[in-house]
Amino acid sequence: MQPATPRTGPAGPGPQNDAAAPATAADAAPAISLRDAELAFGDRVLWSGLNLDVAPGEYLAVLGANGTGKTSFLKVLLGLLPLTSGTVSVAGTRPRVAAAHVGYVPQQRGFPARTPLRAKDLVAQGVDGHRWGVRLHPRRVNRRVAELLERVGATEYADAPVGLLSGGEQQRLRVAQALAADPSVMLCDEALLSLDLHHQHVVSELVHEQRERHGSTVVFVTHDVNPIIDHVDRILYLANGSFRIGTPDEVLRSDVLSQLYGTDIEVLRSNGRILVAGRSDSTHHTDSPEEIIP
Amino acid sequence: MILAEIDWSSFLSSVFVFDDYGELFVLVRNSLWAGAVLGLVGGVVGTFVMMRDLAFAVHGIAELSFAGAAAALLIGADVITGSLVGSVLAALIMGFTGLHAREGNSFVGVLMPFGLGLGILFLSLYEGRSSNKFSLLTGQIVSVSSLQLTSMVVLSVLVLAVLVAVWRPLTFASTDPFVARAKGLPVRGLSILFMVLLGVSVALSVQIVGALLVLALLITPAAAAMNLTSSPGRTVVLSVLFAELAMVGGILLALGGNIPISPYVTTISFALWLVSRVVRAVRERSASYRRAVTATATTTTPRGAVAADGTGAATASSTPAP
Repeated sequence: MQPATPRTGPAGPGPQNDAAAPATAADAAPAISLRDAELAFGDRVLWSGLNLDVAPGEYLAVLGANGTGKTSFLKVLLGLLPLTSGTVSVAGTRPRVAAAHVGYVPQQRGFPARTPLRAKDLVAQGVDGHRWGVRLHPRRVNRRVAELLERVGATEYADAPVGLLSGGEQQRLRVAQALAADPSVMLCDEALLSLDLHHQHVVSELVHEQRERHGSTVVFVTHDVNPIIDHVDRILYLANGSFRIGTPDEVLRSDVLSQLYGTDIEVLRSNGRILVAGRSDSTHHTDSPEEIIP
Repeated sequence: MILAEIDWSSFLSSVFVFDDYGELFVLVRNSLWAGAVLGLVGGVVGTFVMMRDLAFAVHGIAELSFAGAAAALLIGADVITGSLVGSVLAALIMGFTGLHAREGNSFVGVLMPFGLGLGILFLSLYEGRSSNKFSLLTGQIVSVSSLQLTSMVVLSVLVLAVLVAVWRPLTFASTDPFVARAKGLPVRGLSILFMVLLGVSVALSVQIVGALLVLALLITPAAAAMNLTSSPGRTVVLSVLFAELAMVGGILLALGGNIPISPYVTTISFALWLVSRVVRAVRERSASYRRAVTATATTTTPRGAVAADGTGAATASSTPAP
């Protein structure tokens, strides 16, 4: 089963049909399951032949350059984008049905300065924003919101307008908002992008903590694996219409990525930090694989 | 000098005349109720208009509402029905073409002059009383019949009832569309529904304040409220309060003069906004001072252990905390 690789010269290796979840959770029903999944926009196949089971409590990082279908992968799991072929299930049901019980942490985007929402209102929208009508039990919601704010350390700015918060403060609230649903599955879309290192650490720890305490499955889409590398069980690496699935040590290797990209790739480890770089331009080291794509 | 004084007093007497005020008051009781109802609808709908950044669309809908009303006047149909058809049609077109902020703006800009042109065409063909023509653009208060008032109240109750039913999802979808969509909310459906509600509200407002000045009722009060608070609940309450002050206050003042109602409504509305803007500016000066002080106190905290790797790549992705 060779996936189509429309825009590239040497085709990467065939995808591993890796359906094996870690042995510890092999008998539990998978939290996320994809079978023969293919996603294409017109002629352009982003990925195909994807078979993947993510076990409850597993932490999956989705890596790859821009335009390889990372975010589209997440949209499929959220039910916002249909697969071209194949099947997908989240929490044992259709993604659209599961959406209300999924914790979604989006990429940081600023709010317009005069948005009439305070920090606590943003979190409250995660608690009951999807319900119809007006709020009839404000006290119950307020209690829950206070709890969530406490958990992410945002109590201090609970009453601040969201338009005036920094990116890091906003992302803490995003995590609190996602946790409001008591999610069995957390989906994070570039949730650390444009944050300073301190907040990258804080936010990734908050996501990790939800997995540790409540056994939530985490799917983290990112272009930089380093802030979450200590938590990741498996990696789905997308490139050139192809992909690799495996543990970080299995996937983040020079030979594996060179095969995947069809060009010389060097994976460097320094101080527990992973750098992926094109070997042809060895003077230019980068932690972001997208910079090596022509 | 003497001339100037005469002009001034005649100006005053045409703006503020309160002879026979009691008799007039009875005559315009219907209008007063209509104004109060409109203030309520305008204040509530206005907050969502502001959240969704649809101010320009409101203007566009109002012009097509005017065209619809003018067409109705020409063919001898009911003017309210005409303006309703015009504005709901415009709102639906905007809703279905996926109106949001930037690309939508040019579309409204294309639609609006077309509507206004159509309206002027219909009016120039119309051979009835010319005061009817003028009132569609600038508003009127005297001729609100009981039937008109009833239809207004019924439509307003309908708009408010639907808004209450979709309150939380609509707020979510208006302020945070990406996450609302991910949560499974029908963001597009809500958007089209809101455009219909907006169309009806605009058609109602055109009856009283006129097509050109609908913004004073649907935008200014909400904008003033947002200057004063960022609490969603308080925004709605203040917005309704300001809209009521402008509408009811405007009508009461307009009773005395022989100029149209709209200058009164727009002036009160603008004055309220101006005050709110000043209050906001004063508050921001003291708040930014406070925030600057706390910021210098917190920037001394360590940036986390991950920062210490010295690869240089790390700094590329970090943004300074404010």
